[in-house]
Amino acid sequence: MTFELFIEQLLNGVQFGFMLFLMSAGLTLIFGVMGLINLAHGSFYMVGAFSAAAVATVFGSFWLSLLASLIFASLAGVIVEVLVIRRLYNRDHLDQVLATFALILLFSESVRWIFGAYPLYLDVPDILSGTIQIMGGIYYSKYRLFIIMVGLLLSIFLFFLIGKTNLGVQIRAGQHDREMISALGVDISKLYTFLFGIGAALAGLAGALVGTIQSVEVGMGEPVLILAFVVIVIGGIGSIKGALVASLIVGCVDTMGRFLVPWLLTTITDPSTAMSIGSAIASMLIYILMAIVLIIRPTGLFGKVLT
Amino acid sequence: MISEKIINLGCITCLLIFSLVAHYMDEPYFVTLATRITIFAMAAIGLNLVLGFGNLISLGHAAFFGFGGYISGILATHAFNSEPIFEWPLIFSGSSNLIVIWVLTALLCSALALVIGFFCLRTTGVYFIMITLAFAQMIYYFAISWPSYGGEDGLSIFIRSSLFNINTMNGMNFFLICFFWLGLSLYLTSRIIQSPFGLALRASRYNLDRVKSVGITPFRIQLLAFVISGVITGIAGSLYADLNRFVSPSSLSWQMSGELIVFIIIGGVGYIYGPLIGAIFFVTFEQIFGSYSEHWQVFLGLLIILTILFARGGLIGFLSRSRDYE
Repeated sequence: MTFELFIEQLLNGVQFGFMLFLMSAGLTLIFGVMGLINLAHGSFYMVGAFSAAAVATVFGSFWLSLLASLIFASLAGVIVEVLVIRRLYNRDHLDQVLATFALILLFSESVRWIFGAYPLYLDVPDILSGTIQIMGGIYYSKYRLFIIMVGLLLSIFLFFLIGKTNLGVQIRAGQHDREMISALGVDISKLYTFLFGIGAALAGLAGALVGTIQSVEVGMGEPVLILAFVVIVIGGIGSIKGALVASLIVGCVDTMGRFLVPWLLTTITDPSTAMSIGSAIASMLIYILMAIVLIIRPTGLFGKVLT
Repeated sequence: MISEKIINLGCITCLLIFSLVAHYMDEPYFVTLATRITIFAMAAIGLNLVLGFGNLISLGHAAFFGFGGYISGILATHAFNSEPIFEWPLIFSGSSNLIVIWVLTALLCSALALVIGFFCLRTTGVYFIMITLAFAQMIYYFAISWPSYGGEDGLSIFIRSSLFNINTMNGMNFFLICFFWLGLSLYLTSRIIQSPFGLALRASRYNLDRVKSVGITPFRIQLLAFVISGVITGIAGSLYADLNRFVSPSSLSWQMSGELIVFIIIGGVGYIYGPLIGAIFFVTFEQIFGSYSEHWQVFLGLLIILTILFARGGLIGFLSRSRDYE
């Protein structure tokens, strides 16, 4: 194993981490503020990817397709919030789980109906294709670096939005005491719809960005959704800082695990066994990590400690 | 308004009569359909013990369903190829005897449920939902990336495992075996929830502090319930693998966990027979709408959303309008 390869994998981990952050930021805010567990968040990821693919096919523009993913995913989010989700805030978690599970069925089958069962592929624009020299003799994919940059910028934007703006104050106040802030004249229902739309837009953008690396297909959202769950459990539900830290940890542990575990095992066993056992163990690493975090801190790294 | 008892009896009798009629009219497809309903109902009955009566929303019960299936599949495959599963420290060969398979399934599933439950029950509410899901995913990915037993392609069972001298390849015989298990799990559930243990479990969903104040440790009660629940779902999974003579990672997937919850909610949460009614409804719905359109899940999704928003208490609650719905 070379140093270059190690750095490249580490950067892949960071890139994956930022993607997870775009998913988990919305999820953790929605849970923190509205107390809603949303299984259908992965559907917005899928909607974003598919609308990007559709726009890229028609107009041939990558940038336009990113914009489309933001618009269509947030639109889907707002519609779903107004029609269904809004009625679930005061229900117990079981109803929320089932209703959002049903939304997944609805979204996945509808997308399959419209686009067919075959995966679609997005192209990287010329300006972002190829590699770039980052330091010494290390070259890295321009596109993945672009994703890291977008993730970084959006994280800064989110921290600014929540920490410094008037809207952020309302969101944070909403996490503490819903009734009080509506009593103080904040239109809570508008705030919820807006927040849900933002969360959906971020998930949709993540879907469009990843759609260029992987294929765009029905059911692409759920594996990412479950990883985002792992992220917010590790980070602490409702904490945006926790989501960022945990996203990067999970992204790096997962990527590095898939690469390092089989490599480490080759020192004790033959390559083909090492490959199969290694990949099986590597796929479980983040869940083991989550179990360890739970033993030490049942409410996650940045979650409120229950007394 | 029909009383709950009549609905329960009606459903279970209908299921039996349906399969008998199908058998005598020589329609093996419908016998298999009835067997599927029976097995799904049993799996959901297992989940209902923790979800319906303990309010522990496990979104990871597919772990037990699929694990039971894989135990069945692995034992049968090794028996078929007559090669031992492991040779050290003692030789352990596969088996195609259903009794052996069920006992091992029960033992291994309770061990798995003990581990998963131990971690998950440290948390509550939404954390519990996500963590049970995550554990199930972990096993799902393990099954996919472990090549010895088929990996992503799944594992075929060449001959359905046997029970005494009964010809299990006969659809009706196998249905009756599953039906026996269904009856047993219904009986067990009704006994459990009336026992002191069941009362403590039901109490723990309302007020943990009060349960603690009378000297009961909720964690132990919940863990035991989780283990029993995992075993029932696991044995259902083992039966399902034998029914299809095939087990694949999809039986471990989160969609499977979601469907188990769907059965419970459609039937009615907190009713012993709820999962049975939900499973009957689900499979019938799938048959009817699936024959019209391959996109029948769109309608299922719509129906579930409407049920949750407007018909709380599920079908039993809707039909009987009984107020003892927990």
